[in-house]
Amino acid sequence: MVCDDNARWLHGYLDGELDLVRSLEIEEHLKTCPECSQELRRHQTLRKAFRSSALYERAPRGLEARIRASLANEAGGVEAATADAGGEVRPPTDAKVVSMPISPRRVALNWIAIAAAVLLAAFIGWRLIPRSDNYTRGELTAQEIVASHIRSLQPGHLMDVQSTDQHTVKPWFNGRLDFAPNVKDFAEQGYPLVGGRLDYVTSRSVAALVYQRRQHLINLYEWPEESSSDQAVRAVSLQGYNMLIWRRGGIYYCAVSDLNPSELREFSQMMQQ
Amino acid sequence: MAEAMDTAREAGRPDSQAGARFEQLVMPHLDAAYNLARWLVRNQHDAEDIVQEAYLRAFRFFGGYHGGDARAWLLKIVRNTSYTFLEKRRPGELAEEFDEKIHVPERDTTDVETALVQSVETRMLQDALAELPVNFREALVLRELEGMSYKEIAEIMDVPMGTVMSSLARGRAKLRELLLQGRGKEGLRGLR
Repeated sequence: MVCDDNARWLHGYLDGELDLVRSLEIEEHLKTCPECSQELRRHQTLRKAFRSSALYERAPRGLEARIRASLANEAGGVEAATADAGGEVRPPTDAKVVSMPISPRRVALNWIAIAAAVLLAAFIGWRLIPRSDNYTRGELTAQEIVASHIRSLQPGHLMDVQSTDQHTVKPWFNGRLDFAPNVKDFAEQGYPLVGGRLDYVTSRSVAALVYQRRQHLINLYEWPEESSSDQAVRAVSLQGYNMLIWRRGGIYYCAVSDLNPSELREFSQMMQQ
Repeated sequence: MAEAMDTAREAGRPDSQAGARFEQLVMPHLDAAYNLARWLVRNQHDAEDIVQEAYLRAFRFFGGYHGGDARAWLLKIVRNTSYTFLEKRRPGELAEEFDEKIHVPERDTTDVETALVQSVETRMLQDALAELPVNFREALVLRELEGMSYKEIAEIMDVPMGTVMSSLARGRAKLRELLLQGRGKEGLRGLR
């Protein structure tokens, strides 16, 4: 059965752990396979049950105090040993402290004083931060890219380096990225390069190159991907924008624009040559 | 009293910076540490001892912590401490073999199954999770209760990321199977 192979990947998809291309593949498979869709829904239900239930085991009262006491004891022991080894001379009044490990209770009080505020702050922070695992990484990436594209169209956001010269744009990225983006110009074909900028998508820095086709702007995102077999172009449409995604020579390319699909494809073909 | 505090503070000076960092980075994850230990050894008292031991180890080896996610760093220590405990006290649990065949119910029961899983009670889920082999239980706890990424889980369990995904796939399938069986027993009990 074809689905056997997908069954495992379904979990990566559910957990939002698949790369963009793989999660698009799974999405396409889900459209045509009611069994896998059903399977996914069941696991989503199970996950909801997990999240809504009281399975999380919080530390019992008293454990924290116990731990603090044992840490204080440990710290006291270390210090007494350090003081001995260092041959540090202490005033006679401190003799008790040096001659025996510091009372755990004293140090514990100290620890507790510092800790109470920190723990309270951490607790409040924890309560305030929502756990947001309701989307998959595939969707997230596509959405992030479209969001980044839309953001770039706002005044002043489009370009960090404005140049129609690829030999200006490419070196500009030096030292700003951990890879060398592929920069080409297609002015002769009617898709001039107008600039580039550094952007942040899929939790990493990416190169964003800006091309123009008549009144339409194309953002071409590039970022490296380690597990890098080449992947043919696939098309996605999100919020009225067209996206083309492909992988070549260890680099992910994603072109986004409101340009019509056939011209965007023409652009991607030139880029791949 | 104030004098006593001053003395303690002064004596604690060489370690006070590391102590404050430990306090800030490691202490907040006590619940996470306990949750993992509790699910691995399935017993409150042993879990408490393990967490205490793990914190002591974490404190001793805090010099070896060079940034990164402190929770993952601590959980790895908790995990290793738990496994050491299991190896010594209950080696049988680690050797537990999992039936590779997953008995996925017939397709035509799917709607019934969805309804079952939807109405699943905490206690049933608790029992089913506790029954899973330790490595699947561990992967599920880290993923579903701690919300950790495959990368973090792989780091903690010391396995490749692909293994994390398979463990989750098999753990979830087994969990569902146990839930369905559990519901069957409940039904019988209700009849008697």
